[in-house]
Amino acid sequence: MGITVSLGAVLAIIFVALIGGSTPGLQYVFGVFLPYVAFAVFLAGFAYRVVNWGRSPVPFRIPTTAGQEYSLPWIKQSKIDNPSTLWGVLIRMALEILVFRSLFRNTKAELRSGHIVFGPAKWLWLGALAFHWSFLIIAIRHVRLFVEPIPVVVQALDTVDGMLQIGAPALYITDLLLVVAVTYLFLRRLVVPRMRYISLPADYFPLLLIFAIATTGILMRYFIRVDIVGVKTILVGLSTFHPTIPEGIGAIFFIHLTLVAVLLAYFPFSKLMHLGGVFLSPTRNLANNNRMKRHVNPWNYPVKVHTYEAYENEFREQMKEAGIPVERE
Amino acid sequence: MYDANKILIGLAIFLGLMTYPVWSGLGRAVQAPKPEIDTPIIQKMPEKKCVENTHFMKTTHMQLINEWRDDALRKGEREYTNARGEKVLMSLQLTCMNCHSNKDKFCDSCHNYAGVNPYCWDCHLTPKQMKEGI
Repeated sequence: MGITVSLGAVLAIIFVALIGGSTPGLQYVFGVFLPYVAFAVFLAGFAYRVVNWGRSPVPFRIPTTAGQEYSLPWIKQSKIDNPSTLWGVLIRMALEILVFRSLFRNTKAELRSGHIVFGPAKWLWLGALAFHWSFLIIAIRHVRLFVEPIPVVVQALDTVDGMLQIGAPALYITDLLLVVAVTYLFLRRLVVPRMRYISLPADYFPLLLIFAIATTGILMRYFIRVDIVGVKTILVGLSTFHPTIPEGIGAIFFIHLTLVAVLLAYFPFSKLMHLGGVFLSPTRNLANNNRMKRHVNPWNYPVKVHTYEAYENEFREQMKEAGIPVERE
Repeated sequence: MYDANKILIGLAIFLGLMTYPVWSGLGRAVQAPKPEIDTPIIQKMPEKKCVENTHFMKTTHMQLINEWRDDALRKGEREYTNARGEKVLMSLQLTCMNCHSNKDKFCDSCHNYAGVNPYCWDCHLTPKQMKEGI
């Protein structure tokens, strides 16, 4: 059910973009208007979501992390897993964001001759790592089509990615990795019954969309060739606010561009926001220093306190009469 | 907002990175490259035409040259028949660069613009090097 909806949506986008990209009058809509709107939605939506998260209070440090917390001197603290300092937190966050440490902890429960056995399950971690890093490198590589002159870093990354020197234009390692990884992540949801049970259109749609983006990109680079100088003219035109659409750009480019625009516009409304959200994980980014620093509940309001002193002042006579000891006569 | 300084700095860095193509190009006009075909041999041609039509050459020349390399070096075939039925010698230095003797103003103009760094010249000689007899 979820797959049908998602697949239908992606195919509909491709179909609409195919029509738009092959109609000269509509090329401006799909090549200029849509990318601008999508990018604006992406930036504004992303900022809104992050600020909105920032507005929700975290009342207390969450110390439930794997590892021994800071304790007595002879008990060894786990400094990265349960840090009490800023540096520990930074290392923990870096490991989480760069190498997905939480996913690495993924385990699998199995019944083996009547006993439940827990074992490591690293495939998801490996697939996710390949997928995210490829995607990042591909995104950075694309900067070459948006700016002139091209930064040295981008150029160097391009060379490293194409270092196998297979064919011309050179095959990118990340292109291959991305397709393999996204296929694995998709099939995992289809084949594993438990995964399939909890998968929603919101899970399938981004995977299929990214698969379609990768496929159209690869088609454009290796099979249905387009004039790359013309493509760069369009994209530089977009980034310098002098949009132009040169003639003779194939519809495949507009399909690719429209799919990316949809991804960008969809981004702030979807689970893809984990790009920003991972930085705001309370169990990862808060130092476990509950006992060292005073953390005041952020939603505390001034409470009217009735101190014992005031109480005694108020009832001193009655207390004396009843024989209750008082602090001041 | 809680931890506003940290979150807003992070958000600003992210938005800055995402809009890098926009602010890095502010106030700079980018000219699309115009590969020059103004060489002595092309000027002498009665009808200016390449091995295949212009659109094909623009989009697919790298694949064509790559196939030529495989055919010439691995299969020993050096004759290419184009869409017009003409026979052409498969050779980068003797065919392509014979007409396009201005590598700097022809090949490089688009390759630099698109950030492409083909490794043709790892083995082949540029027209300049050929003239100098290196």
